[in-house]
Amino acid sequence: MCGIVGLYLKKQDLAGEIGELFASMLVCMTGRGPDSAGFALYGNEPAAGHIKVTLRHDGGDYDWQTLAHSLGEFFACEAKVQINANYAVIAVRADEEALAQALADKDPGLTIMSIGRRIEIFKEIGSPESIVDRFGIRGMRGTHIIGHTRMATESAVTTDGSHPFSTGMDLCLVHNGSLSNHNRLRTNLERAGIEIRTENDSEVAAGYLMWRMQQGDTLQEALEAALEDLDGFYTFAIGTADGFAVLRDPIACKPAVLAETDDYVAMASEFQALADLPGIDEADVWEPKPAQVYTWGAAN
Amino acid sequence: MGAENDMAVEVFDLATGELRELNQRLHDLNEDAAKTPWRIVHPRGAHAVAAGVDSPVKIDIEGHVGYYCAGMNQHAQITVHGMVGVGVAENMMSGIVRVKGHASQSAGATAHGGLLVIEGDAASRCGISMKGIDIVVGGSVGHMSCFMAQAGHLLVCGDADEALGDSLYEAQIYVRGQVKGLGADCVEKEMRDEHLDTLAGLLEKAEMGKVKPSEFRRYGSARQLYNFQVDNTSRY
Repeated sequence: MCGIVGLYLKKQDLAGEIGELFASMLVCMTGRGPDSAGFALYGNEPAAGHIKVTLRHDGGDYDWQTLAHSLGEFFACEAKVQINANYAVIAVRADEEALAQALADKDPGLTIMSIGRRIEIFKEIGSPESIVDRFGIRGMRGTHIIGHTRMATESAVTTDGSHPFSTGMDLCLVHNGSLSNHNRLRTNLERAGIEIRTENDSEVAAGYLMWRMQQGDTLQEALEAALEDLDGFYTFAIGTADGFAVLRDPIACKPAVLAETDDYVAMASEFQALADLPGIDEADVWEPKPAQVYTWGAAN
Repeated sequence: MGAENDMAVEVFDLATGELRELNQRLHDLNEDAAKTPWRIVHPRGAHAVAAGVDSPVKIDIEGHVGYYCAGMNQHAQITVHGMVGVGVAENMMSGIVRVKGHASQSAGATAHGGLLVIEGDAASRCGISMKGIDIVVGGSVGHMSCFMAQAGHLLVCGDADEALGDSLYEAQIYVRGQVKGLGADCVEKEMRDEHLDTLAGLLEKAEMGKVKPSEFRRYGSARQLYNFQVDNTSRY
């Protein structure tokens, strides 16, 4: 089943409240996905030339300060660290590839959740309410945020199998549905050099978008190609550094509702998740069409 | 609140009241009690709001609702001042359901009678397997609308997406705008005077009397996919 929710601010008046608004949306979708939840926040940008990496470490306290210090020395810059439960967001002056390599060298036990100027991905098994509390979502600030509540179908209930999936710098995807050609696609993508870490079908969709965009596609083009190459049921919500996109498969079995005001675009599997948003009674509320790419902001 | 005067309205707030209590009270209305109109406020996307009503009560729902709103309706006049989720008025038997906003998928699915008016757009599969309901859509309808529809009328004032009327039985389809594609066994048919009369009547009932029947085109079954017996025509 699964629930997906997204909130993209067109004006920044609500930036300070985005965590509070989003937390209610995520918790509201518990019935559709009680076993794990996650979200991608597009928050503050680090200093010029810096990028943020969101890292997870399972089990026990982890000495994030020492890791940050050592990354700072390696890249000859100031490395800022923000710890959140068993996660940390570290900002350093580096490029994506060098940073990923440095982290793999320093501690292969760490999991990179996302890398980008703005994106921070957090996800865990447990109820959406517990994820909201664990990561303090209600206090978070940002311009947009995308989340997922999972009821596992195609693979096991694990943190790695939870959503969102990072799809490259500042890109992420959440998925409601199931893909039927993910095994063949996974093999093809792995041959093309895309690393797929889990048995999860949605990660294959994320990897597919990453591959297309590495070939020079815009997100719009990559999503249009996905309509041809992905077989199965899906409603996707996709985040970029400055934009937001929604795509449903041509049959459109998986639900989605969009609401738009002058202030924001909100998306959810069911309208209930949007019921508490400010100005929702005056919002334009509709069901997105099948096989049509919807984008806002700099998602093209 | 009782029915002491003509202005009396029963107000039910779904932000504080339980959905099951609301629907039970609506099911329990007798003919006399049904004379008092109802207002349902703060529906907040709840599913199955006012499903299974079986009396000629007038109900206004003030906001957006979830799935199966006004499902199985019999006799009631239900107006939703907002958007509706999947399956509004599914399996309706009689009465009128009016949606002021847009509708999600499968609006009026399998419904046997009554009138469903959607002032905005309806998404995919509008009127799927309908069995006698009349549906009037002010905007456009999504793909696979009237799939396997057996009886009744679908009027679309806007456009229809792909595979309109696929595997159609004897439902009648009228579209004013563009049809992106007809489904298997659905064909355009001649518009005769009796069809224009039907259109005018339905538009009037839907309070869309300003729309001209002459602007519509008619679609129906080519009757190649099922064993149609002309002797049975009167049964549809």
